[in-house]
Amino acid sequence: MDARVSIQTEDFDLSIELAALRRDDGRVGAVCSFVGTVRDRNDGQSVSTMELEHYPGMTERAIEAMIDEAHRRFDIVGARVIHRVGLLQPLDQIVLVAVSSAHRGESFQACEFLMDYLKIQAPFWKKEQTPQGARWVDARVSDDAAAAKWGLQASNA
Amino acid sequence: MKVNIRYFASIREALDCGAETVDTSAVTLADLRDELTGRGGAYAESLARGRAVRLALNQVMADESAALTEGAEVGFFPPVTGG
Repeated sequence: MDARVSIQTEDFDLSIELAALRRDDGRVGAVCSFVGTVRDRNDGQSVSTMELEHYPGMTERAIEAMIDEAHRRFDIVGARVIHRVGLLQPLDQIVLVAVSSAHRGESFQACEFLMDYLKIQAPFWKKEQTPQGARWVDARVSDDAAAAKWGLQASNA
Repeated sequence: MKVNIRYFASIREALDCGAETVDTSAVTLADLRDELTGRGGAYAESLARGRAVRLALNQVMADESAALTEGAEVGFFPPVTGG
């Protein structure tokens, strides 16, 4: 079985990942994906670079558990999560969440569920370089609210 | 008992330390946090009560009430900001 979770410095190719997820599987009638990218502004300041740190081992484990939970909650065929770490530039891709299922509803829901879950529970931290110097990005209450709608304990921010 | 501690992000930077092994009599994660803040300086500041500190025990998110075991891995870090 192909890896479900990858934490990597390298970029990823959406079409290659989606083709791998579909794998000529005739049960699949829907594939939904989300790609997060680096903005050039955040909280009113321009961002020149972004550095992503993570907790090796725990990160993979946490996301694997999230995918298991997505399979329990939704009738999906497969899921794939890639998250980049290290030094990134504005416009770079940061994260991919892709889900396959028989019908679209389950893919749409599971994709959003995984992304909302990852935002509050996966151990990643962003540090931005701005004209005023480097700063660690603060967690957002809105991310807790997004997770709460899935009944996920939301107390990160 | 000995436990292995990992620090991440702003906490790692403030302590200038990514990992250490400590010999502790702490029973819970809360006890361990108190022990570390008792060192004073950057530890007292970055792990102080009231600061947003999240904890992991053996690489799983944990509450401060969780019990330590010999050789456990404990992570201290700020709220996560991935995605």
